[in-house]
Amino acid sequence: MSSLLKAGEAETLLAAAIDGRLPDKRGRFGPFGGRYIPETLVPAFERLEAGVRRYLPDESFQREFRAELADWVGRPTALTFAPTLSERWGAEIWLKREDLAHTGAHKINNAIGQALLAKRLGAERVIAETGAGQHGVASAAACARVGLPCTVYMGEVDMERQAPNVDRMRRLGAEVVAVTSGDATLRAAIDEAMRTWVTDPDGIYYLLGSAVGPHPYPWLVRELQSVIGRESREQMLGRAGGLPDAVFACVGGGSNAIGLFYPLLGDAGTRLIGVEAGGRGTGLGDNSATLATGRPGVLQGSYTMILQDDDGQVQETHSISAGLDYSGVGPEHALLQAIGRVEYLMAGDDEALEALGELCETEGILTALETAHAFAAAKRWAREHPGTRLLVGNSGRGDKDMPTLSKYPAKVRQHAAA
Amino acid sequence: MQPHERISDALARAADEGRTGLVPFITAGYPRTDDFVDVLAAVASAGDVVEIGVPFSDPLADGVTIQRSSFEAIRNGVSLRWILERLEEAKGRVDAPLVLMSYLNPLLAYGYEALAGRAADCGVCAFIVPDLPYEESAELRAALEARGLGLVQLVTPATPPGRLQTLAGASRGFLYAVTITGITGGDAGLPPTLADYLDRVSAASPLPVCAGFGIRAAADVANVGRHAAGAIVGSALVEVLEQGGDPAAFLNGLRAGA
Repeated sequence: MSSLLKAGEAETLLAAAIDGRLPDKRGRFGPFGGRYIPETLVPAFERLEAGVRRYLPDESFQREFRAELADWVGRPTALTFAPTLSERWGAEIWLKREDLAHTGAHKINNAIGQALLAKRLGAERVIAETGAGQHGVASAAACARVGLPCTVYMGEVDMERQAPNVDRMRRLGAEVVAVTSGDATLRAAIDEAMRTWVTDPDGIYYLLGSAVGPHPYPWLVRELQSVIGRESREQMLGRAGGLPDAVFACVGGGSNAIGLFYPLLGDAGTRLIGVEAGGRGTGLGDNSATLATGRPGVLQGSYTMILQDDDGQVQETHSISAGLDYSGVGPEHALLQAIGRVEYLMAGDDEALEALGELCETEGILTALETAHAFAAAKRWAREHPGTRLLVGNSGRGDKDMPTLSKYPAKVRQHAAA
Repeated sequence: MQPHERISDALARAADEGRTGLVPFITAGYPRTDDFVDVLAAVASAGDVVEIGVPFSDPLADGVTIQRSSFEAIRNGVSLRWILERLEEAKGRVDAPLVLMSYLNPLLAYGYEALAGRAADCGVCAFIVPDLPYEESAELRAALEARGLGLVQLVTPATPPGRLQTLAGASRGFLYAVTITGITGGDAGLPPTLADYLDRVSAASPLPVCAGFGIRAAADVANVGRHAAGAIVGSALVEVLEQGGDPAAFLNGLRAGA
């Protein structure tokens, strides 16, 4: 990776990232990012970028966004100390409770922000993709809230894994379209949403759910999700008596991780650790660990790290969690890895299941399978760094995972029925 | 003559003969790999320029037919490397200038400079890259131009006038006018505003304009031919091949109305 950067460039890019100067005008985070899109979408992306530049700094937009976050999403979300888990793991464990946000995950921060933007940009309807279903549910809810019709594209493999969320989306008024092409998971759903957008670039607003894709999405999504890191920083200083020694977040596309990490980039004493899905092994196709095992390339509009073969074909991935099951990753994470500011680790299916069970048992919190990967890595780290203070981004709740979890009863049933 | 000039030359020759240039598209190695060179030769005998699709795992500008052909070709082991090997074998059997249509990532994985050299040696005259907008294209264009290869630019009904001028000026070989706001393989028919749009694009372009997307029948070719130099036929031809039909007969049939 370091070959992509010139000597001394890492320091310059880190300073630029901390100062908020990335992405640059071309949508680049150093060598990563950019906008690789069909010509038909160029005018639509130019309008979107102009809208983002106009409304993100606009006080009336921000006031409306903050009010929705406070009154409808339920922010700020809690910071929870985990005493039993801390004792068991030998480190001080704090949880940033995005699972307590409306609809059950951090996804809602981005969804309501973009829905408000879509409204201001005069969109006739909204389309969205979803993997775990959390972004689909968040988009359906946000569109209902602002009064825009919503269509959600979802791989049919994911529809089966996350059946409760499919019903939730429909009840919230969204149309859910099953995507059967390609690998029939998140990547195929994004491809299909892009194809649909091409048919009506003027009327459709594409509400992309992660910090991936063509510029300006990685930037827009980071800005809308950064509320997680800003609140966490303030809460840790106020409640925990200081910033954490290390922060853990799971990374699929990487929106909750970038939202948590971004406001902490300048805190040199805090190690930032992204956790990818190690799946069932390190072979191509056995995991979704893009940063750990991928190579740079262009996928879905962005130059970033991707899982691909020698011919440049994007590879299918495996993870027990639909939300991490993605062959690419946000370009800002690719940069943060290249400049060494964030470390990216892997946690496998089994470890994640085990961590999920421990959190249920010790703290009474059923976390999402995605989030469980962050806990699994935090557990390993705690053992190696006893007595340190850790913050884990508890990005979502695990209710949606019951169909998957029911296949692993021994791992989650800690007590026999009375 | 530079390789990319062979394309404009072939289209100009068709115009001189009073014909609409025909640009057939096939997905390399689909439905079968063993007869690719034969299919290519047959298609080239009936077309003025041939577009060869490099299959990609995420063809996000393509409809179901090209998606299906791409996924199946990848399963058949088709790669950019494989295609170039076959084209080298086919030299002498195929006279029509060849254009490779590929999404960007397979080109990145191959390496731009190595690709430009190898492609030029194999008789490729230009590339079409549907996910590479002009703003991101400088590096690839430079590598291709060093070998006399063109990067064909696409314009669409949504392209504003200023941008149309820029793209028309930057294109090499021909200018690709996407007929519809949508993906390939549409069967909703060509839009009623097509004539005005193609006249506008042709007026802006120093190169021959070829129209593509949604062209399925002789009437479409005739319709397009009144306002553009050439017609690109992709999904409809891929479907003929899929059903075991004769590609040259299908293409000659398309000329009947022109």
